[in-house]
Amino acid sequence: RISSSLFPLFLLPFSPLTPLSPQAAMTKLGQWLCGLALLGSAWAALALAPPGLQPPAPLRQALLPLPVYLLVAFGCYSLATVGYRLATFNDCEEAAAELQEHIRAARADLRRRGLRL
Amino acid sequence: MAARGPERVSVLLPTYNERDNLPLVVWLLARTFSDSGIDFEIIIIDDGSPDGTQEVAQQLEKIYGSDKIVRQLFLFPSGTAYIHGMKYATGNFIVIMDADLSHHVRLHFMYSGKQKEGNFDIVSGTRYKGNGGVYGWDLKRKLISRGANFLTQVLLRPGASDLTGSFRLYRKEVLQKLMEKCVSKGYVFQMEMIVRARQMGFTIGEVPISFVDRVYGESKLGGNEIVSFLKGLLTLFATT
Repeated sequence: RISSSLFPLFLLPFSPLTPLSPQAAMTKLGQWLCGLALLGSAWAALALAPPGLQPPAPLRQALLPLPVYLLVAFGCYSLATVGYRLATFNDCEEAAAELQEHIRAARADLRRRGLRL
Repeated sequence: MAARGPERVSVLLPTYNERDNLPLVVWLLARTFSDSGIDFEIIIIDDGSPDGTQEVAQQLEKIYGSDKIVRQLFLFPSGTAYIHGMKYATGNFIVIMDADLSHHVRLHFMYSGKQKEGNFDIVSGTRYKGNGGVYGWDLKRKLISRGANFLTQVLLRPGASDLTGSFRLYRKEVLQKLMEKCVSKGYVFQMEMIVRARQMGFTIGEVPISFVDRVYGESKLGGNEIVSFLKGLLTLFATT
């Protein structure tokens, strides 16, 4: 009753963000808010349900800290990904050397063609 | 798709105090294009540089000819110089890049290679894939770069691996349509263009580029830069 009516309440503030025409795209912020609202209300409905509608105890025990778990998992994923990408960030020694060579050739050629630096 | 006439590439080069780099960039571009047999023009859009950049541009025009070097003076905030420069572009492909020699000019790969290969609307240089990369960056700068890019990927899901690399090739009509839609300034403008391009269904190809740290002049990555990047990112997050 209370938890099932929470669902539409979550959506109400976001109605201005939903597209008026099929062509209009929702902003990324809008997508995130909708997604969070959906997941949040589903979680709330299940985890905060009054005694009569509660899911079985083990499920509830796993469900309650789930948002925090997911946040921590995302944090670990982020650190690992950025760390990996940092470690594999190429250093372009060749490109730098080639560039220096090109600069030398460029200056000589331009001087020949009349450029006064 | 418009009929394919003879193809020409217009390079838009906004400059501010690039008196040392400008002749080198122009020479590299001219050589790359003529080696690949591509017709080109370089549009130098100067923001009122006090260091003599305009005189150097004038000399370059004499050396290369005024059909190859077009000079424009434009005293407006960064990001809008391209809109101005585009009015004078006669090519059907447009390259946007920095004039500070931070890009290794492998244009012929970008143009004849990638664009032809996939008939892409946009070809974007990426430092993060393939054998793309950087030179002269310390660990802190690399970390900030990767971290910022990760955040951008999570928030914007742009479909391109490098949004701030700022070395790109566009079809002229595509760039015109994008310019009409984009409202940001500075390098956030570059980010917005890719995001909007995806939304509008344009195809984006990627080519690895090497970003060599500035040969002359200072590189900018201070606290201010980071704050303005975050502000720009959040603005794009909320508006696109």
